[in-house]
Order: sequence, then C-alpha cells, then structure tokens
Amino acid sequence: MLKMLLSRLATAIPSLIGVVIVTFMLTRLLPGDPAAYFAGLAASPQAIAEIRTKLGLDKSLPEQFVAYISDLLHGNLGNSLSTGQPVVAEIATRLPASGELTLAALILAVCIAIPLGVLAAVKQGTWIDHLCRIVTTAGVSLPVFFTGLLFAYVFYYLLQIAPAPTGRLDVFLSPPTHITGFYLIDSALTGNLETFWGALRQLALPAISMAIFSLAPLARMTRGSMLSVLGSDFIRTARASGLAPRTVVFTYAFRNAVLPVITTLGMVFSFLLGANVLVETVFAWPGIGLYAVNALITSDYAPVQGFVLTMALLYVALNLAIDCLYGLVDPRVRLDS
Amino acid sequence: MTAVPALAVDDLSVEFRTRSGTVKVLEKVGFEVDKGETIALVGESGSGKSVTAFAVMGILDPAGRVTAGRAMFGGSDLLAMSERDLAEQRGRELSMIFQNPRTALNPIRRVGQQIADVLVRHGGATSTEAPRAAVEMLKKVRIPDPERRAEAYPFELSGGMCQRIMIAIALSCRPALLIADEPTTGLDVTTQAVIMDLIGELAHESGMATIFITHDLALAAEYCDRIVVMHAGHIVEAAPGRELFSQPRHPYSAKLLAATPGETASLAELASIPGGLPDLRRSDLPACRYSDRCERRLDDCTRPLPRRALGERHMVACWNPL
Repeated sequence: MLKMLLSRLATAIPSLIGVVIVTFMLTRLLPGDPAAYFAGLAASPQAIAEIRTKLGLDKSLPEQFVAYISDLLHGNLGNSLSTGQPVVAEIATRLPASGELTLAALILAVCIAIPLGVLAAVKQGTWIDHLCRIVTTAGVSLPVFFTGLLFAYVFYYLLQIAPAPTGRLDVFLSPPTHITGFYLIDSALTGNLETFWGALRQLALPAISMAIFSLAPLARMTRGSMLSVLGSDFIRTARASGLAPRTVVFTYAFRNAVLPVITTLGMVFSFLLGANVLVETVFAWPGIGLYAVNALITSDYAPVQGFVLTMALLYVALNLAIDCLYGLVDPRVRLDS
Repeated sequence: MTAVPALAVDDLSVEFRTRSGTVKVLEKVGFEVDKGETIALVGESGSGKSVTAFAVMGILDPAGRVTAGRAMFGGSDLLAMSERDLAEQRGRELSMIFQNPRTALNPIRRVGQQIADVLVRHGGATSTEAPRAAVEMLKKVRIPDPERRAEAYPFELSGGMCQRIMIAIALSCRPALLIADEPTTGLDVTTQAVIMDLIGELAHESGMATIFITHDLALAAEYCDRIVVMHAGHIVEAAPGRELFSQPRHPYSAKLLAATPGETASLAELASIPGGLPDLRRSDLPACRYSDRCERRLDDCTRPLPRRALGERHMVACWNPL
C-alpha cells in the first residue's frame, strides 16, 4: 500500500514540473503589460521602464525562469502587484474559505446523491428512480452561477430568509479564532454558537447551488454502477444463499459499486474547485477563485501563478487520496502494485 | 413410489417479457428428485435447464415470470412462497452452485467471510464462531491450508479452488437439495472430475438430493442416477442413466447421444443435430417443439404432448418414440 502511494506520488512529479513551466510561460505570454498597468495610466515611458526593471521583467525569459524557480524553492510566490501583499499569505487566508465551501457542497452532494442512486437502482422503474432521473437532468442542465443567482434572488431578495450574499460572515459578527480556517469548525470548537449559525447561514446558498450541480454525476454514476453490480453473478450467488436483502445490497453490491463512484467523486471535486470561481463571484465569497479572477483581469501574474500552482498541488493530493480510498475498498488494487 | 420426493416440480411454466414479445421459456415442466438421489438436467444451450433451476430457487430475472406450476419441497410450494420465506429456505434447505466460480464469488470479500455470512444468516453459527466454522467448511471441501485460504480473496485462488469455496458456501447449512448449474464449465478436465467426485461424496454423506445441470451427457451418465432431457423448454424424456444410454426413446435424446463423444464413437462419427431451437416468441409454437427438427414426425404430432410411461422410471413425451 505504502509502495503504491509512493509510486503514485513519483508519477505526480513530472506533472508538477510541467505545471511550473506552463504557469511561468502562460503568465508571461498573456496579453497586457503588468508594468504599464502597475505604473498607472498617466505614467511616462521612462517610469514604465523603471518599474519593468524593478520587477525583473526586462531580463530574458530564461533568466526570469531561474529567478522564479529559486523563489519557488524558498516558498516565495512573489507579491501581488495590486495589493502589495505576499501571494503565499493571501492564498493561505483565502484557501480555507474555498475549502470550506467546496467541502460543504461535496458532503451535501454525497449525502443526497449516493442514497438516491442506490435506491433508484434497487427500486428500478419506481417513482424514486424517476425522481433520480429528474434530479440528475436538472442538476447538469443548470449552471452553478445560474442556480446561485436564482437562489440569491429568491431566498434573499424575494423571501428574505437568507442573509445578503456578501461573503463568509455578516459584518456585525467577528470571525472565530483561527484554528483550521474553516469558520464552521473553528466556531464549533470555540463554542461560539452565534458565529457558527451566522457562518452556516452564509454558507448555505453557495454550498447548495454547488451541491445541486455536483450531485447529478454522482447520483447517475451510483445508480448505473449499482445496476451493473446487482446484475452480476456474485449477487445471484448471494441471493441464492438466502442472504438478507440488506446484506446483499449494502455489504455485497454497494461496496463493489462504490469504486466508480469514488472516481467520479474525484472528478467532481476537482471540477468544484474550478466552479468555485463563479460561485465565489456571485456570493462575494473571499476564496481563491475570486482572488485569481481579480488578478487575471489586472494582469497581476504572481497571484495567478500561485493560484494555478496551488490547484495543481491540490489535484495531486486529491488523486493520492482517491488512490488511498480505492486501495481501502478494493483488495485487488492493494495487491497489484 | 411411496416415499415423498425431496423436490417435485409439476407443470412449471415460465415466460420472459422482452422487447420483441413474450418468450415461453418453459412449458409444463415436471420432474421429481428423491431424497439422496442425483439427477441430471441435460439439453443444449437455451433449452431451459438453468431457468428451471432459477425458477425453483426464486431467483429469476425480473423479466421472468412463473405463470403456472408447483414446486413441492419439504411440504410447501416454493413457487407460492413469499420472497421472505423463500430467502429463509435458500442457502439453508436448498442451495445452488453456479458455473464460472470466479465471477460467482464476491471479488472484494475474503472467502472465509463469505462462507461465514451464510452461516450467520441461517443460524448455523454465531458471528464469533463463524470464522472457525468457515475454516471447518473449507476443510470439508478439502482445501489445503484452510486457515490461510479463508483469508484469501477470490482473485488469489484458482478456478477449481473457487468452485470448492462455492460448494462450501452451498453446503454450509447442510441443505436437503443442491442444484449444481454446470459446476465444472470453465474448469480443466482433471479439476472437473475432482469437483464432481467431491459433490457426489458430500451429497452421499448427508443424503442430500442433487440436481446437476449440464450439457455433457457423458458426465451426467457417470455421476447421476437419472437423466432428464430438456429441449426448448419441454422435458422430452426422463430415464435412468444406463437405460437412456442403451435405449433412448425420444428422437432428440437419440440424436443427443449420437452427438456425444464416447468410447465407441470417434470424433468423425459424431452427428450434429439438424436445425436449431424454435423461436420461442412465436405464437403458433407447435405442440411438440422438436417436431420441426424431427425425422419421425407424424400427423399426430400436432396434438398436445403425451407423457408416456415406459416402465417404472422412464417417461417420454413423444407420439412416435423409438
């Protein structure tokens, strides 16, 4: 098992190197001159050239690349041009916001999609199966930003039961003591119920709109995978041995059917990391998606690089976690490696 | 016959609903198995052997439906039982072994655990004793090093080993009836004999009735007391093995024997049976489903099939038997 993880980790190294190179090239090749932007509209050509020298942009690309790599190795992702803050620090404060949102959406989606998919497969052709089909079709056909906007309009503007879509916490509440950076967990740990409730209310709409989108592929995959497993020979054996329906469905069928669901879960999770950008914009969520979009618009390349690198690292970690889960569920994976 | 048979199937009819119409897979199938007796259901692929077994076990596909018939087992009709009651019987009183043992076992569960599941379900052992009882079962089906093998997953074992595990699962609660659906298909010839001997011995020890489904007449003759020949969802002939071999009465049985390699027939002399199974979706199926392929057809053959008794244990469903 450990050997498998190490080998998977080793295969991730080339892709990380690729990401480093691509982020470097991309941000240099993007249209827009950061020096000109930073100097302001009224700056003279000399002033722009001065700033360019200060930023190191006058050097050749290979020289810039070497400087970039050496900074990276020292854990320095540069400073944001627009805020002047170190990118590492900004990402560190914003990543938990995105993480909390994404995880909440994913947990919600899993809690609905998997029971729905299992029930739809076990009771194929009944109302629950039709419900599953409707939910999955609706889920994939509604883009996240649309559901988000719709929710904000209905629940905040029309019904006024949801708080204003203005970030992680109402302005009158102070954030909880920083422990994990997840407001829900931190406020629960410190026993700050008011903040917990406030954070939950803010989180509900964006998390639900993301969950609706991501539960569609999960439910569909669970249903399909359960159906094919329920039709397999060993389920017939289990039924022929008189095992209780509960044992047949959960112990025998579901554990086998869960493997493709885990794969889909990984895909959905990485997709959600990307979809964050839209939801964070709609709900003014101070996550890294919003941060990256703002940086991209202003040609502020250090945060963009930082964002892409962080994402790449997250993907690698995610895939590793998926491999671990696979190994836990399927003994064949454990022993093949 | 005085003793009550272990299983008496009577007038069993099964239909499958498909997109292209209703398929009359079984029609008025009837046979009996006595306690301690081994019978064979033989016939070519698609003749309804496995469907008969699945119907008796109550594990037909959702598309299949029993339209008529009874299957008396231990004083009650299996076909009329609720799914709940039937599940109590399955694995305890009547068990089944399948072909392709490697796919018939749960690929991600240790084999000892799979035996233990059945034991615990039917009260054969408590969950603390079950692992030891599972090892005992492995010993009984002569798996070497049973303690270690109980911890193995199916993919770590050979096909023959997996079939022994299947037998251990099926026999763990000492059933009164075992249905073995082509248990040796996909195994090599030496393993086939070992598995057949094992089933035979264990059945003999416990006085268990066995239904052995196969298309291999030679194997059936070697291990079974009686042979029931099926064709296109009908039982065409039922006779003691030796009698069927020496004197087949149904034209189909005779052709089937001529198509079986034996000591006397060389491969070149083997005859194939002309024609194929009739399309069972037809609404105008002839009374005798073999009549289209039959060389001995008479005008009488359009009448409903007879069940002619030719001696005490020999039945043939033909108007013009050999």
